[in-house]
Amino acid sequence: MRILSLAGRRLAASIPTLFLILIGVFLLLQLAPGDTVDALMAQMGGGDAATAEALRKFYGLDLSVPAQLGNYLWHLVRLDLGFSSIYGKPVATVILERLPPTILLMTASLSFAFFFGLVFGVIASRGVNRWPDTLISTLGLIFYATPSFWFGLMAIVVFSVYLQWLPPGGFEDIGTVQTGIWRVLDIAAHLVLPTLTLGLIFLAIYLRIMRASMLEVLNLDFVRTARAKGLDETHVITRHVLRNALLPMVTLIGLQAGTMLGGSVVVESVFSLPGLGRLAYESVVQRDLNTLLGIVFVSALLVIAVNFVVDLLYARLDPRIAAEG
Amino acid sequence: MDAMKRYFRSPAAVIGLILLLLVIAMAISAGLLYPRDPLALAGRPLIWPFSNPRFLLGTDNSGRDIAAQIFYGARISLLIGGVATVIAILIGILVGAFAGYYGGWVDNVLMRITEAFQTLPNFVLLLVLVAVFGSTLTTVTIAVGVVSWPAPARLTRAEFLSLRNREFVQAGKTLGMKDVQLILGEILPNALPPVIVYASVVMAVSILLESALAFLRLSDPNVASWGNLIGLGRDVLRVQWYVSAIPGIAILVTVLGVSLVGQGLNDALNPRLKSR
Repeated sequence: MRILSLAGRRLAASIPTLFLILIGVFLLLQLAPGDTVDALMAQMGGGDAATAEALRKFYGLDLSVPAQLGNYLWHLVRLDLGFSSIYGKPVATVILERLPPTILLMTASLSFAFFFGLVFGVIASRGVNRWPDTLISTLGLIFYATPSFWFGLMAIVVFSVYLQWLPPGGFEDIGTVQTGIWRVLDIAAHLVLPTLTLGLIFLAIYLRIMRASMLEVLNLDFVRTARAKGLDETHVITRHVLRNALLPMVTLIGLQAGTMLGGSVVVESVFSLPGLGRLAYESVVQRDLNTLLGIVFVSALLVIAVNFVVDLLYARLDPRIAAEG
Repeated sequence: MDAMKRYFRSPAAVIGLILLLLVIAMAISAGLLYPRDPLALAGRPLIWPFSNPRFLLGTDNSGRDIAAQIFYGARISLLIGGVATVIAILIGILVGAFAGYYGGWVDNVLMRITEAFQTLPNFVLLLVLVAVFGSTLTTVTIAVGVVSWPAPARLTRAEFLSLRNREFVQAGKTLGMKDVQLILGEILPNALPPVIVYASVVMAVSILLESALAFLRLSDPNVASWGNLIGLGRDVLRVQWYVSAIPGIAILVTVLGVSLVGQGLNDALNPRLKSR
C-alpha cells in the first residue's frame, strides 16, 4: 500500500506538469501561420471571407486567446480533444484508432532492447576488457551512432527487397482478410523490422548501462560474502548481482519513454505504420494543429503512465524505497 | 598535459578524433573540391558509384553529384550540431545554475519547467516547433537546441548543489561578492567540465535529430544535408539503394566520432573512473 501511495503522490505531482505542457504548446501553436479554418477552407477548395468568418465563430476561434485556452482546457477535462477538420472526426477518435500500433511497437522494442541489453551487458561485464567485452562495446557504440531511419531503410533493402523474408511496411496484409492466429502472425511479421529499427539505439544504451552497473555491483561486499559462502558463480550472478544491477535499467525505461515515443515518429514513417507517430508527422504536414495538440497531450500522458509503472516496479525491486517513503 | 597523454593512450579516443577530423576536413575542403553548387544538376541521374570517374559516388535521382552533397553535408551537420549544442548548453547552464544556486521556489519553478520539457517527447516538440516557425536552416537549428537543454540543465544544477556550500564559495560570500560574481566567476568554472563533456552527447543527438527531421522532409530543403539526401533516395530504394546508403554512413561516422571523442575526454578528465 505504501508503494502505491508513494507512486500515487508522484503521479499527482505530474498533473501540473501536464497542464504546463498543454498551456505552453497551445500558446505556441497560436503563433503558427494558419488555423483550423484555413486548413478546412483549403480542403474545401477555397471559399469567401464570410464563410471563413462563420466557421471561425463556429469553432470559437473568434474569441481572445485566453478565452480559447480556457475553452480548450475545459473541454479537455471532459476528455474532449476537439475536432480534426482534416480527418472529419473528433481528435480523440483519430488518436485512439492510431494508438494500438504505436503501443505494440513500443512494447516490442522495449522488450527487445531490455532483454538483449541485459544479456549482452552481463556477457560484457563477465569478460571485461577481453574480446567479448570489446566486441559488444564496439557494436554498442556503432548502434548508438546509427540513425534509426537509415537502419530501417537498409533493413528493408536487405530483408524485403533482396531476401524477401519480411514485408517492407504496413501494419498487416490488406490484400487478404485474416482472422485469429494467422492475423496475429501476420502483424508480428510486419512488426519485426520496425521493432529492431526502433530498439537498436536503446539496445546500445541498455547494454552500456547494464555493463557499468554489473561491474559496480560485482565489487560490493555482499557479493564477496556470497562467494565466500561457497555459492557457485551462476548463483552469485543470477540471485545476488542481477537483481541489484537491474535498478538503473528500470530507471532508464522511465527516462527513455519520451525518446522512444519520439523515435516511433520516424520509424512509423519509414515502415508506413498507421500509428501515433505517423499521425504526428501527418498533422504537421497537413497543418492539422488540433490533432497535433491532442498528440502532445496523449504522448505526455503516455510518458507519465510509463513513469508510474516504473515507480511501482522500482519499489518492488528495491524494498528500501518503499520503507523510506 | 596529463589529461592529454591519457587521452592519446586510449585507442577508441584516437579513432574518434581521426573520424571527427576527417569530417571537419571534408567540411573545409568542400568548396575547394566542388566549387559548383552541390544542388545543381551535374550529369545523368542515378549513375552507380565507382562507375564513372567524374562522379566517384554516383549521382542521385535528379542527377546531382552525391560526393559533392556529402562534402557540403558535412558543413551543414557540423554547423547545426555545433550551434544547437551551444544553444542547448547555454540555456542548460543558465537554468541549472540559477536553480542550483538559489534553491527554494526558484529551483521549484525552474525544475517544473525542465520536467515539462522532459515529459514531452523531444521529437514531438521538435515537430511542433517546425510546424509553428517553419523549416529554414536557422529555425531548425534553434529548434534542435531548444529541445535539448533539459539534460545539461539537470547536470549543471546537480554540480551547483554540491558546490554551493563549499568553503571557497562561503569565503567569497564573506568577502561580499555579488551572486552573479559567485555564480559566474567562482562556481561555474568548477561545475563546467562534466557539462562540457556532456556536450558531446548533446551534439551527437542534435545531429541525429536534424537528420531525422530532414529525412521526413521537414528540414530546410535548400541546403545539401545528409538527411535530405536519404529522404530523396527513399524513392529509388528498391534498386538504387546507394543514394540512401552513402549519406547514412556519413552520419554514422560523424556521430561515432563525436561520441568517441566525448567518451575519451571524459575518461581523460576523470582518470579515477577509467578503471570501470
